[in-house]
Amino acid sequence: MTAPRSLTAPEVQVGQELPPLTHHVTATTVVLGALASRDWRPMHHDKDFAVNRNGVRDIFINTPNNAAWFERFVTDWSGPQGRLGRMSFKMKTPVFPGDDMTFSGRVAATSVDASGCHWVDLDVAVSVAGKVHTEGRIRLALPADPNDNPWRRQGADWKP
Amino acid sequence: MSATMAIPDEPLPPAVRELIGKPVYEEQSEFPIEMGYVYNTCAATQNGNPLFWDAQVAGEITAGPIAPPSMLSVWMRPHYWTPGATGERTPLQTHFDLKALCRLPEAIVTGIETVFGEPVRMGDVLTMRQIVRSVSPLKQTKLGIGRFWSIDVETTNQRGDWVGTETYTCLGYRRTEARV
Repeated sequence: MTAPRSLTAPEVQVGQELPPLTHHVTATTVVLGALASRDWRPMHHDKDFAVNRNGVRDIFINTPNNAAWFERFVTDWSGPQGRLGRMSFKMKTPVFPGDDMTFSGRVAATSVDASGCHWVDLDVAVSVAGKVHTEGRIRLALPADPNDNPWRRQGADWKP
Repeated sequence: MSATMAIPDEPLPPAVRELIGKPVYEEQSEFPIEMGYVYNTCAATQNGNPLFWDAQVAGEITAGPIAPPSMLSVWMRPHYWTPGATGERTPLQTHFDLKALCRLPEAIVTGIETVFGEPVRMGDVLTMRQIVRSVSPLKQTKLGIGRFWSIDVETTNQRGDWVGTETYTCLGYRRTEARV
């Protein structure tokens, strides 16, 4: 297939909401994500360890898998030419099997840097039953127009 | 998890103070970057981005297959077991060093910030080094008494290009009920 059309910077306004993404978390979700991210720590696959050593109610989604979910969430919106520049998040409360986790996002700022790269800063969150469990910010480069491609930027032209 | 209260502090052990700001544990990824793990991650998150599934799209946009940028930390994690290895093999060894040096048996990652540089390509061999940036005074948290610390992991590829920097903020703690 040829590359599908991606969102361009002029199509984005501050305050715009990203389409939410909800996923029902199972033990498989947690274990699959932990093993895909080569995270062998037992609190992400061994309920007995999670409960009796970590003092939480079950195994829970690990940090790198949380990052991978955030990437999927924002590039579902941007299309493949959206390029991650920066991602930060804090996990306030774990996400456990049985939870319906909902990703939400809002455009907090737009800018163009000195090299001409177009950026959107997104406030993002993971909520369960309306309560925010994880929140963060993602800086994403978008094409200026259909002929631009942030992935071509290198060295001094890439300032995330 | 991050609500805290200051409590009477204990001085940082000298070995911890010496660790702050010093690059340590320079290591290479244990295998050249490969597509299998990319598929595992995309499957685990149901990520259908054609950049990772369609070679023609990857060719057009990124001049060939790349890994999702958010997988940066995946490549620094050691195999669970290798021939001749003894004991648990752990990534982010400075985190475990700090747990031991501060005598804080439990720990969680409370936050992470990653800045992404050159894309990671199939066949790349990455080099990472860890730098402890800070260790907090003792604090009372909901999980117990502990310290927050932050660690940078700087990554470059075999061409010397900067690939990314991850900053981990962690809480090492002693569970309140275990403190007898």
